[in-house]
Amino acid sequence: MNRHVLRYLGWRLLQSLVVIAIVIVGSFMLLHLVPGDMVDILGGQRGDMDAELMAILRARYGLDQPMLVQLFHYVTGVLQGDLGYSYRNQTDVLSLILQRLPATILLVVCSVIVAVFLGTMAGVIAARHVHRPIDVIISMVVLVFYATPVFMTGLGLVIVFSVKLKLLPVGGLFTPGVDMTTLQLVANVAKHMVLPVLSLSLFYIAIYARLARASMLQVLSQDYIRTAYAKGLGTTHVIIGHALRNALLPVVTMVGLQIAELFGGAVLTETIFSLPGVGRLAYDAVFERDYPLILGVLLVCSFVIILVNLIIDFVYTLLDPRVEVSR
Amino acid sequence: MISASPAPLLDVEGLSILLKEKKRPDVAAVDDVSFSVAPGETLALVGESGAGKSLTALALMRLLPKTLGVAAKRITLDGRDLTAPSDNEIRAIRGSVMAMIFQDPLSSLNPVLTVERQLVEAIRLHEPISKADARRRALELLEMVRIPAAATRLAEYPHRLSGGMRQRVMIAMALAGRPKLILADEPTTALDVTISGQIIDLLMELQRDLGLGMLFITHDLHVVRTVAHRVAVMYSGRIVETGTVDEVFATPRHPYTEGLIQARPHGSFAVDGHRLREINGTVPVPAARPSGCAFEPRCARAEADCRAQVPPLVPDNDEGRAFACFHPLQERVA
Ligand SMILES: Nc1ncnc2c1ncn2[C@@H]1O[C@H](COP(=O)(O)OP(=O)(O)OP(=O)(O)O)[C@@H](O)[C@H]1O
Ligand code: SF4
Ligand SMILES: [Mg+2]
Repeated sequence: MNRHVLRYLGWRLLQSLVVIAIVIVGSFMLLHLVPGDMVDILGGQRGDMDAELMAILRARYGLDQPMLVQLFHYVTGVLQGDLGYSYRNQTDVLSLILQRLPATILLVVCSVIVAVFLGTMAGVIAARHVHRPIDVIISMVVLVFYATPVFMTGLGLVIVFSVKLKLLPVGGLFTPGVDMTTLQLVANVAKHMVLPVLSLSLFYIAIYARLARASMLQVLSQDYIRTAYAKGLGTTHVIIGHALRNALLPVVTMVGLQIAELFGGAVLTETIFSLPGVGRLAYDAVFERDYPLILGVLLVCSFVIILVNLIIDFVYTLLDPRVEVSR
Repeated sequence: MISASPAPLLDVEGLSILLKEKKRPDVAAVDDVSFSVAPGETLALVGESGAGKSLTALALMRLLPKTLGVAAKRITLDGRDLTAPSDNEIRAIRGSVMAMIFQDPLSSLNPVLTVERQLVEAIRLHEPISKADARRRALELLEMVRIPAAATRLAEYPHRLSGGMRQRVMIAMALAGRPKLILADEPTTALDVTISGQIIDLLMELQRDLGLGMLFITHDLHVVRTVAHRVAVMYSGRIVETGTVDEVFATPRHPYTEGLIQARPHGSFAVDGHRLREINGTVPVPAARPSGCAFEPRCARAEADCRAQVPPLVPDNDEGRAFACFHPLQERVA
């Protein structure tokens, strides 16, 4: 890890902080453009609130203040780790989200790893046997994965593996009401995650397989691959030792670009498999017009996405020492 | 001066490289080429762009793309028959008996691996030694190719090195497996003039000290005079003249050789005083090669018979001098 790389990562961190600030202010303003505040909604739903009670509530939650003052309160709160209060759930937003975050992160991280690993492997095998039957078969399977929507994959997998074969659970994060040792719990959660992870990652397996195949073919035509063969290395060694790392670079970049999209896909997956994740929390929050919660979810998700992107930048600098000059 | 000794290190007879076309019949990009390199000898393969020099070297290493076919009457290297080697045979020879240095050192080094990784890998591939020993040897190799502060260079990535340094690393890597023959494909074309001179000096010195045979590919006749003992002039996939450097430069017999010599001011890079005499036209691509002598469209001495038949490469003396021309230039009377 040299000075240039550290400076580069520092610069990226600074950029991220700016982005987070913009996200906070931006989403706050956006939600305030929507007509009606929290109290209107509560009032509308209850139907029995009088103007006096509403005024009291507004004063209590600071909703009678000018927007900039509210923004200021919100930002100072966020800086102190206070994301506001969810009236609907009668809990503070942060603990609600933190409760749900692990399931989502587990789902997303596992899906990314599975997609990158299987996708790259398929792409590399296809490139290694380019235009031969294996390549054609992989391309066809990949096309099917690519064209099937997440919810169909999810439902299809449930019907086959849960309903018909009864191999895997239909939904949930773990089997409730059973005493389990830590190890058993891990195994149980893993079993519950197989189908959600598969249905979320299939599409991305397809994307990374196509990307890895193309980038592998491009890398294999490079001069340094010829040099590696000229040394006396065998094909497998050349591919794993010399080509793979170079071929992975576009895949890693793509992961960074798609991580936000993946969180979007997680909402759907969590709904299909009734996983207690942030996605479902956000989904419910939108329906109940729980503004502080929506805002909180937005913030935390952007934070996580930015964090993941920083990690990906870091991984990239490990993979490609030229980053310091090329970016 | 060493000439073709009875037991050459590399002996190539009737090497052809075929471009396999889908619809048309195969075209010979390199057509029935024969040459040999003795231990400790440098043979220069010289010719304009598109002559087939790189293809020839890559064919020896079996590094050509699959769209190109290689056929040879006989190839022997250091007593081994390499006419039609198996994958394992050629792999065992690459890097250890025969090593190659390429034109562009930046693109030829893996950008994401350190100099050390790339050197140690080459060393350990042909020599079962520990990582620590391999690292020591890598350091020795870098010192051998005169890289200053070699220890710190080991940890560098190629993009952090200058062009000259990169080519030195490539040379060190080629020497890693203690080869007997070096194929150097325009090793200085990508470098500027001063650096190019240094690299050539280094190669010559290493070649002398280690007793290496070398096939030196270039389009620069000046370089040929400096580095090579013998020269083979290539034109459109064929060798048109060959002999010792002294003989060929003193009395070129093929009009193309003469043209090449005259296109380059004698023994210096001072271009401004001399007007370079160009040979008009370009090398025909293999598919468009004339049926007779390939040089005929550009040749001032051409006559009707030149179009009728390909002039064979005829030996002129016992020391390996030969040329392929129906109307050769006369031998100068001393
Ligand atoms: N992969 C290939 N497929 C088809 N034709 C090729 C291929 N590689 C080379 N050729 C053709 O073969 C001929 C000889 O190419 P080669 O690269 O050996 O030339 P060269 O003498 O090394 O020239 P240069 O000085 O430009 O390196 C050229 O006409 C080229 O167009
Ligand atoms: S054979 Fe004829 S055309 Fe060819 S080089 Fe000799 S004189 Fe010229
Ligand atoms: Mg070439």
